Amino acid sequence: MFDTLLFGVLPYVAMFTFFLVTIQRYRQRSFSYSSLSSQFLENRKHFWSLVPFHYGILVVLTGHIVAFLFPRELLAFNSRPVRLYILEIAALTGGLMTLVGLMSAIFRRATTAKIRTVTTVSDWLVYAMLTLQVANGVYVAVVHPWGSSWFAASVSPYLWSLARLTPDITTIAPLPWGVKLHIVNAYLLIGFFPFTRLVHVLVIPNVYLWRKPQVVRWPGRSRPYPAA
Amino acid sequence: MNVRSQISMVFHLDKCIGCHTCSVACKNVWTDRKGAEYMWWNNVETKPGTGYPTLWEDQEEYQGGWEVSDGKLRLKSTSKKKIVFNIFHNPHMPSIDDYYEPWTYNYEHLFDAPAGDDQPVARPISQITGELVQIESGPNWDDDLGGSPVYAANDPNLEGLSEEQREQLSSVERLVYFYLPRICNHCLNPSCVASCPSGALYKRGQDGIVLVDQNRCRAWRSCIAACPYKKVYYNWFAGKAEKCILCYPRLETGQAPACFHSCVGRIRYLGVLLYDASRIEEVALKKDSELVEAHRSLILDPHDPEVIAAARAAGIDEGVLESARKSPVFKFVKEWKMALPPHIEYRTMPMLFYVPPLSPVISSRVNGLVDFDSTDFFHDIDESRVPVRFLANLLGAGEEREVRYALRKQKAVRWWRRAQTAGDVSQETALRMLEEADCTPEQAEAIYQLTSLCTFEDRFVIPPMHREQVIEQRQSPRQAQSSAGFGFTTGTGRSI
Repeated sequence: MFDTLLFGVLPYVAMFTFFLVTIQRYRQRSFSYSSLSSQFLENRKHFWSLVPFHYGILVVLTGHIVAFLFPRELLAFNSRPVRLYILEIAALTGGLMTLVGLMSAIFRRATTAKIRTVTTVSDWLVYAMLTLQVANGVYVAVVHPWGSSWFAASVSPYLWSLARLTPDITTIAPLPWGVKLHIVNAYLLIGFFPFTRLVHVLVIPNVYLWRKPQVVRWPGRSRPYPAA
Repeated sequence: MNVRSQISMVFHLDKCIGCHTCSVACKNVWTDRKGAEYMWWNNVETKPGTGYPTLWEDQEEYQGGWEVSDGKLRLKSTSKKKIVFNIFHNPHMPSIDDYYEPWTYNYEHLFDAPAGDDQPVARPISQITGELVQIESGPNWDDDLGGSPVYAANDPNLEGLSEEQREQLSSVERLVYFYLPRICNHCLNPSCVASCPSGALYKRGQDGIVLVDQNRCRAWRSCIAACPYKKVYYNWFAGKAEKCILCYPRLETGQAPACFHSCVGRIRYLGVLLYDASRIEEVALKKDSELVEAHRSLILDPHDPEVIAAARAAGIDEGVLESARKSPVFKFVKEWKMALPPHIEYRTMPMLFYVPPLSPVISSRVNGLVDFDSTDFFHDIDESRVPVRFLANLLGAGEEREVRYALRKQKAVRWWRRAQTAGDVSQETALRMLEEADCTPEQAEAIYQLTSLCTFEDRFVIPPMHREQVIEQRQSPRQAQSSAGFGFTTGTGRSI
């Protein structure tokens, strides 16, 4: 029963909140979509915390998404032990980078007076949830190794069942508590995400890569007009 | 030909008295807010000096503006590739320490202090943290050469000056300085716009004002580093970029921007320039030594029938064309060639121009008298206290030719007027000076009029901006009537 609530209902509540709030927030309060960078107030520790954190989390998230989208291919890829080892090491390195970056970001925010003035309760909540998630993830990676294989084998089918709107928790029911905590906290993070500064992830500037350098806007033309 | 109109500016440095009235007017109107305390969209620097933020002209450090590599224009600070890797931490971004930590005083203490033997004092407190601070520097810390061994001696424009010239600049009884008021240059090839990953910065098509769309700015901070003039600022509280908006809400109602309006020395001129947008890239790729002239060649003559026809075809309003013909900026920049763009070697094609300042006249040439009858009337331009080389580094991309031309003309006009009024210069001498300075008596009179006797209407020729048409294109006029006029009313909080 409790499992059904956490793994069968919570994900839908989280996703519903995620989409509803991010879209409405973008439409009504576009101004609040900002990375709220504090680099301007503190430049040195910023490098040593934000860079490892972001690169680390990019590696880790990519791993999760690949395992979700291509479970069969991943299992086939992992059939050679060398490949599995490489994936395992890459994932653990990414996780540790994230953890180290996150810890120094928290340290930076807590100890720099200027940064504290631009810190909100929501920032601390984000830090707490991320710390739990990342530390828990590293713990799982160490205690329950070969995650790239068992994720593909048992978590992916469950996630796909959620996506097909026919939640089936049988494949994840026997998983250890560490993994379950990771999943539940992920849903909480997704649900909380649209209320926090994390929304900057959704507005990463991909257009920049193919737009013309100069932007000119003319009255009456709704789209920014690329300069000649 | 792709004709566009640009509201451009001329600052006549020979008239600037360094009173900072412009800075204060701007501060009171626009940056008197949380997160913006440290910003001076308009600031006035003493030259030589290191300016604000400290050493902003040192592009080795800040990597602002453009560079030419392999025959292509590239941003110095970033590129499409670099932005992917540097988005988490911008390596060239200045921090608050490069400007200054804004402060106020705890005046409350004067009232709340417990009874004691000493008079209570209001001590400085940071406007960021609210804690007591020890003030170590601030805006205009080097005003009027204060602390010149630290500040003036490190001015990047001193490059190429001889040891003797450097010493002379700071030696007692021969030292010299002038003021450099700075606002956003509203460039034709703005590096801030080109660097913005979100495309939040843009140039307004109708008048060339460069603005930040605050609803699209995501605080990726590229613009702060990319602007070589350091005229895009980061609001540390709102998490948004901000910059000089050339008081467009004032311009749209026919008023001069606050800093222009309040200028005590009447050094500021504002008017329309027509330019050929199709040639910007070609011009920006020229060699340093050709840049000033090439930049000037972008500006089109609003009296030329061909230009007028092309401007009409491009949809430029008749009122704007009329205004362009009366533009004081056109006269100073194009007709008289007296106003020069600052640091054109950054290749952003700034549209704010400076008339270089004349240095103090050396008054003891022969037996304590000024040598009026010298055959070289311009001798004290080359021997002036501010070395031409210094001005050339600032206003001529290191090339002295254009600066010398502008100074000569100014001097010739002065002597021409001396001949007319004081009479201690012969008419013959004055005419010869004018001729050598590439100036006619008519032009000299016009320069004199616009320099010394200029009224509000002469200095600020503001084109009709047809706000009503813009509103009609965007929303219903009734709806616009009940709104704030500019900006938005949905709140500017950091979070949802």
